[in-house]
Amino acid sequence: MANLARAQTIGGSSAPAYETAPRSRGELARFAIAIVFLFAFPFIDQALGLRLMGALLPIGIYCILAMGLNIVVGYAGLLDLGYAAFFAIGAYTVGFLTSPGSVFVRGGWIPPFFQQFWPALVVAFIVAAIFGILLGAPTLRLRGDYLAIVTLGFGEIVPNFFLNAVPLTGGTRGINPIAKPPSLGPLSFGQTDQRNWYWLILVIGMFSIFIILRMYNSRLGRSWQAIREDELAAASMGINPTRTKLWAFALGASFSGFAGSLYSAAFQYVHPSQFEFTLSILVLSAVILGGIGNVYGAVAGAVIIGSFDRILAERLTQPLNAFGQQIGNDFLASHNVGEDRYVVFGLALVLMMLLRPGGLFPNKQRAAELQPEELDITVQEQQDLFDVRQHDDETPGVRGGQVA
Amino acid sequence: MEFNWTLFTQYLILGITNGALIALIALGYTLVYGIVELINFAHGEVFMMGAFLALTAVGAFGVAAGAPWWQIALISLVALVAAMLFSGVLNWSIDRVVYRRLRNSPRLAPLIAAIGISFILQGIGIYWKGSNTVLPPALIPTDVRSINILTDWLGLDTRIRFRALDLAVILLTIPLLAGLSWLVYHTRTGKAMRAVAQDRGAAALMGIDVNRTIATAFLVGGILAGAAGFIVAYYTNTARFQMGFRYGLFAFTAAVLGGIGNLNGAVLGGLIIGLVWSMSDGFLQAFIPWWGAQWTPLMIFGVLVLVMIFKPTGLLGEAVPEKV
Repeated sequence: MANLARAQTIGGSSAPAYETAPRSRGELARFAIAIVFLFAFPFIDQALGLRLMGALLPIGIYCILAMGLNIVVGYAGLLDLGYAAFFAIGAYTVGFLTSPGSVFVRGGWIPPFFQQFWPALVVAFIVAAIFGILLGAPTLRLRGDYLAIVTLGFGEIVPNFFLNAVPLTGGTRGINPIAKPPSLGPLSFGQTDQRNWYWLILVIGMFSIFIILRMYNSRLGRSWQAIREDELAAASMGINPTRTKLWAFALGASFSGFAGSLYSAAFQYVHPSQFEFTLSILVLSAVILGGIGNVYGAVAGAVIIGSFDRILAERLTQPLNAFGQQIGNDFLASHNVGEDRYVVFGLALVLMMLLRPGGLFPNKQRAAELQPEELDITVQEQQDLFDVRQHDDETPGVRGGQVA
Repeated sequence: MEFNWTLFTQYLILGITNGALIALIALGYTLVYGIVELINFAHGEVFMMGAFLALTAVGAFGVAAGAPWWQIALISLVALVAAMLFSGVLNWSIDRVVYRRLRNSPRLAPLIAAIGISFILQGIGIYWKGSNTVLPPALIPTDVRSINILTDWLGLDTRIRFRALDLAVILLTIPLLAGLSWLVYHTRTGKAMRAVAQDRGAAALMGIDVNRTIATAFLVGGILAGAAGFIVAYYTNTARFQMGFRYGLFAFTAAVLGGIGNLNGAVLGGLIIGLVWSMSDGFLQAFIPWWGAQWTPLMIFGVLVLVMIFKPTGLLGEAVPEKV
């Protein structure tokens, strides 16, 4: 079986084995155990008294965000620094459509059908994609790093807009309440039904992974990889770089918008401060830490970074302060671990780039690409040229080109 | 709506002052981009660190508000130089420790590292001065801050305010810009910089130490950012760990607007962005009643996107094909 799988991989008739759904029986078994564990986790949490459900909702949302950003950064190799903006757009779209307090609903502009959760979710998905296209279309034609700065700016102005467009968004009051998903049999989705929300997000997340893996191995997914590896070569093979990148960018944006609408419904509240630049960097560092170009890695990264942000930062502060008071250290006594998030996210990005560019769980192909080039004509090589010359002068036994 | 010349002139002055500051920061972006083609996202934070160091340096002297003017001048000078050196060395070390190792990596790697460093520096800023807005020590007394050259010194009868403080900003910026121009166009180091910017490989073959030249660019860019940090801290009388983000974004827009990689372009772009900024903050309200300072970031972002769509090479930049 294993040999056959390898042969297929080499032959190119099947997708590379590291970015697909599990194939072999052992893998399937491990996968099934993981899924059972994830679904049973609320009961484990209850039995052990961990009280993690409240933190797991945002972490689950981070996972979906990381999957979406992985399409943009990992698959297509585009740096999106304003990912939270699309998250905000999704959240506010659902808010505008479904909240009884929103201007649009009060104006009677929203048909009742779209005031429901699921239709609004679809609209949010599409609206975010449209904004992704509007932002990407002019900038994706330019060089890659311009996209980074434009998305950075977009990430700054979108929350700024929602904060200041008070007649539309209520400014700092935010939008509240937001439509809940209709109950599925005995499962209702109120603000206190954290467990049901957890299962809902889990199912959506797993479905997303499935979709993303299918996409990765589709014609479009292959085009992303081709563009990422060598745009010129891909273009000369008939792939339209701008359109391919735009697809990645729009899909990433719509994933973010989708996550935003889930988030707004789960917390029944939309507020401009939820979408600050820090969130974009949180998701980026999750993708980079976990493994760029690997869905499972991105999810793992989101779990790690999210656990720091939502569990450690909150639970560590008090013991740390108490410890600081005991040993009489002023810094520890008053230190809020939440403030460390800047350094933690930053270090995750820098250290990963320096030490392990592929991330903790790399996609082999992507990790190889991110290694410094060695064969190209680079400064390093030219430096070596000088070194050879100097070396010649100094090597004992070699003088003036003659071997003694 | 009648055109209000007094108001316009007022915001013109403000715009030129702001523009001079933005130009100082924009030069750091453009210098580095011109040579290594890297958007140094951490540059705004290097500027913020310069501002913080200036505050700490002034605070260390423990000067009272009523100190004699020569003491204030001396302390200011020391703080300015300290901030410049600190930011310069900081930017240089970032290049040495991080960017240099990633020089042969794909473009995405140094960009991601740069955004990481910018975050680390913001975190350090929080450890250093806390996460709230910091008020600088009262180095310049309030009555000196509010001296209006036009009415107090020249005795003109006008409602326009041109403060000595505004003049000081412009007077501090001009020698810095001139110094940079001299460095780049009239010294061997500058020649090396221009050579490396043109063709790194060929420059190396001509015996130019590429790594050292790039390091110099980071050092010089950092020095200018440090000066800007000192000036902004005392001009606006506030500092915050996040101040680098907005100034950085505005300055980068200025650099792109002027044509990234072009020094004159950065100064021109800085002045234009400074004017757009001040007009949007105050003057535009006379025509659009609901407009206000809160929409300025939107305005600047609009400029950035429009430049990228219609003139990606900027006002003074030349079309450089992406190196394959």
